[in-house]
Amino acid sequence: METISAASQLFQFIVTGLTVGAIYAMVAIGFNIIYNVTEIINLAQGEFVMLGGLIMVFMHVTVGLPMILAFVATVLLVTLTGMLLDRLAIKPIRQPSVMTLIIATIAASIVIKGAAMLIWGKSPYDLPAFSGRTPIELGGVVIQPQYLWVIGFLAVVTIGLTLFFNRTILGKAMAACADNPDAARLVGINVQNMVLLSFALSAAIGAIAGMTLTPIALMDYDRGAMLAIKGFGAAILGGLGSFSGAVLGGLLIGLIESLGAGFLLSGYKDAYALIVLLLVLFLRPSGIMGNFEVTKFKRF
Amino acid sequence: MLRIRKAPIGVGALFILLFPWVAGRLPVIEHYPDLMVFAGIYCLVTIGMSLLMGYAGQISLGHAAFYGIGAYASGILTTHYNLNPWLCILIGSAAATAVAVFVGAPSLRLRGHYLAMATLAFGIIVNIVFREEAEWTGGPDGMGGIPGLDIFGFSFDSIHKYYYLVWIVVAIAFFFTIRLIQSPTGRALRAIHASEAAASAMGIDISRSKIVVFSFSAILASVAGSLYAHYMNFINPSTFDTLFSIKLVIMIALGGMHTIWGAVVGSVLFAFLSFEWLHQFGEYEIVVYGLVLMMVTIYLPEGLVGLPGRIAQRVRR
Repeated sequence: METISAASQLFQFIVTGLTVGAIYAMVAIGFNIIYNVTEIINLAQGEFVMLGGLIMVFMHVTVGLPMILAFVATVLLVTLTGMLLDRLAIKPIRQPSVMTLIIATIAASIVIKGAAMLIWGKSPYDLPAFSGRTPIELGGVVIQPQYLWVIGFLAVVTIGLTLFFNRTILGKAMAACADNPDAARLVGINVQNMVLLSFALSAAIGAIAGMTLTPIALMDYDRGAMLAIKGFGAAILGGLGSFSGAVLGGLLIGLIESLGAGFLLSGYKDAYALIVLLLVLFLRPSGIMGNFEVTKFKRF
Repeated sequence: MLRIRKAPIGVGALFILLFPWVAGRLPVIEHYPDLMVFAGIYCLVTIGMSLLMGYAGQISLGHAAFYGIGAYASGILTTHYNLNPWLCILIGSAAATAVAVFVGAPSLRLRGHYLAMATLAFGIIVNIVFREEAEWTGGPDGMGGIPGLDIFGFSFDSIHKYYYLVWIVVAIAFFFTIRLIQSPTGRALRAIHASEAAASAMGIDISRSKIVVFSFSAILASVAGSLYAHYMNFINPSTFDTLFSIKLVIMIALGGMHTIWGAVVGSVLFAFLSFEWLHQFGEYEIVVYGLVLMMVTIYLPEGLVGLPGRIAQRVRR
């Protein structure tokens, strides 16, 4: 076996890191959408990713739907789950406080995870890659085509959301709720529908992340929590509420994790991202982008 | 909560005192004292956590880590260094306090979700350390040979003896907690709960009070972990994972987070649920917990302890 040069090894880690980072970025964007409208940290965010992967496997592999149809069906189903989450677990709470809302999203994530275990069991599932698994070799670095799909979808999601929030009436209405719910209500925006929409949107993005991740890393019922906490790390790193921050934070967390596992202790792979999360919380809670003030908290 | 009524404490103490004797005479519930040992250990953790949740208004999703720090301090120091188990309990608590201040101080100064997320991340990191440092901790397989406890030649070597030991510690913790609630720190916390701005304007050091409570809860969790280790004589990392942290939150939410009694009721009920009544669900019991937690959050925000008051209110109307 020929020796792999240190440089190409480094690039390999960077490529895989960016890919996983793109997934974290999508989870972080999901956090931000709900947070911006409701100030809830939705701890069930990772379960959307898990569901996206597993439902896609069911639709495409088990039922045999063509890739595109399965993709659309999965997004719709997970979006519906997100809306149900809001209507069944969040909205009925009569005296919402930070703590009860955290507990409610934890409860929801346990239920979703348990239901997935009941349906799919504990074994991990594979999904065919979107455009085959013939790797592209680029100067000693192996790039799976699926990596490009992941990063491509992150770009599509980011651009799509930017357009949605800046150009459409609905998106502007959501942004208004984030800014000042009372004023939004005064100008005739139905805040509760916007909350529902925020859950739907971030569930859909979670589903996309899950579907693109599964061909690379398989998917099982237990993956949600870790994806959620890393995605939150990314959101905090980039500054909670900021979309560009979420993308940057996600990619950084992915890189740190990949390089840490590659060059330091691989057993601590999951710890690196969390250590970064803690350090950011302690040293610079406004995130590296710095566009979020701690004092901006409205209700708590 | 200002007044601590004496009657329920008396009834509770009598129940704890007589329970093993009664259980010993009824073959169906003969094994219940064993469950009550675990219930007592859970109680220790949740009493501190309920103070944090009910008074400081902060939630920790990583208390299993403090529980684990106590257990592994006991396990490692007794088996590797032959230290006295009681000394290990002390060292474990000291370590837990140091870690609590380190993790809690920065995140308690911020508002909102930060403590929840910091403790969640911290809990996962600690669990990874338990799994990876196999030389010290035995890795995922765990470590055995942890000695039991004895004092002046009296050995807590039976379930019944350990039962009384654990519940005496719970009683001590209970009274310490009441003292803490009635101390200036406790009054400060109540003021913070009513209005953080007003409390701050009165010159109350908000983050200091919160850190005191957080550290206190970490110490209780660590002692509970040590008691667990010396009872089981064996520990492995999966006992101290995030799922257990969440189970602790379930216990408190179930019992009610606004009084210490809620923690006690929730822990005892949970111990029986998980070891006895929901046992046949196996791994699927988690779905039941999730649903229970969801129902409690929506329909019973004061927990089971709040139920009598609610019923009384309905009847009076």
